[in-house]
Amino acid sequence: MKHVLKLLSLLVVISALWIGLLQASIIPQSHTWLLPIYFVVSLGCYGLLMVGVGLMRFPTCPQEALLLQQDIAEAKDFLKQKGVDVGSD
Amino acid sequence: MDAAKNKYSIIVPTYNERLNIALIVYLIFKHLPDVDFEIIVVDDGSPDGTQEIVKQLQKLYGEDRILLRPRAKKLGLGTAYMHGLKHASGNFVVIMDADLSHHPKYLPSFIKKQLETGASIVTGTRYVTGGGVHGWNLMRKLTSRGANVLAQTLLWPGVSDLTGSFRLYKKSVLEDVISSCVSKGYVFQMEMIVRASRKRYHIEEVPITFVDRVFGSSKLGGSEIVEYLKGLVYLMITT
Repeated sequence: MKHVLKLLSLLVVISALWIGLLQASIIPQSHTWLLPIYFVVSLGCYGLLMVGVGLMRFPTCPQEALLLQQDIAEAKDFLKQKGVDVGSD
Repeated sequence: MDAAKNKYSIIVPTYNERLNIALIVYLIFKHLPDVDFEIIVVDDGSPDGTQEIVKQLQKLYGEDRILLRPRAKKLGLGTAYMHGLKHASGNFVVIMDADLSHHPKYLPSFIKKQLETGASIVTGTRYVTGGGVHGWNLMRKLTSRGANVLAQTLLWPGVSDLTGSFRLYKKSVLEDVISSCVSKGYVFQMEMIVRASRKRYHIEEVPITFVDRVFGSSKLGGSEIVEYLKGLVYLMITT
């Protein structure tokens, strides 16, 4: 099944639950009508939270740049010796 | 699978990588001393003499270890992989960038992970502990993170790093997945891994570090963002 169809069927299930709640009147109707809005807002907040947390915990590796420079120097030395042209960039 | 009988074909597409190709070949040989591998350089007619350098490297390391399979002009990444695949004699294929943003020192960890788990695909991820990025400013990180969260929410891809292009594939798996992919650029990388995920191939991840050496030339303008969103929608609909 194509992914968009999976998402749509999930949406259909959630909508069916919502309509069921509306009809069954377990929760006062005024609240039930607002549930979709709560859902979308929560989803949005969750997304923003994930972005924020991910940004804070974004793994960085400054030492890798240094190690890379060392590797480049080592490679250039070896290759120059063996006659490979490593002159230009 | 008998580990001793594995051969790894490393496909490196190049365009104007005269210096980097030499460095990367040296580093691959340095980090894979006891592994049976070949490097397939798919050069798209570089005007800077990349192919001459590759020929010098062939003299040094052997034409059976370094294969030069060029094309006449820039024809895109997907077709570069397919071209390289045709000449690959290994049972495993590694794809990696030629500009040293992917460091060959991670190749052993890819191989080890595959042997341990029997995975069909091992993909490098920059976004987990042990991995990382250097050379990205805050805006770049924000866009990357935002794009990733969006893709995870919409696509449920099963991997943490969708746009990465440092990967090890079983050759048969790569052939299967690549034949059904039509996108270009980094969306192509996303399409490959999402299609593989949908086909239920066993995918493992290893942390890698990514050093962006092209400071300042951030490829993230408005049009890139639009392309990305279009790519996401396309993948939602077709996978």
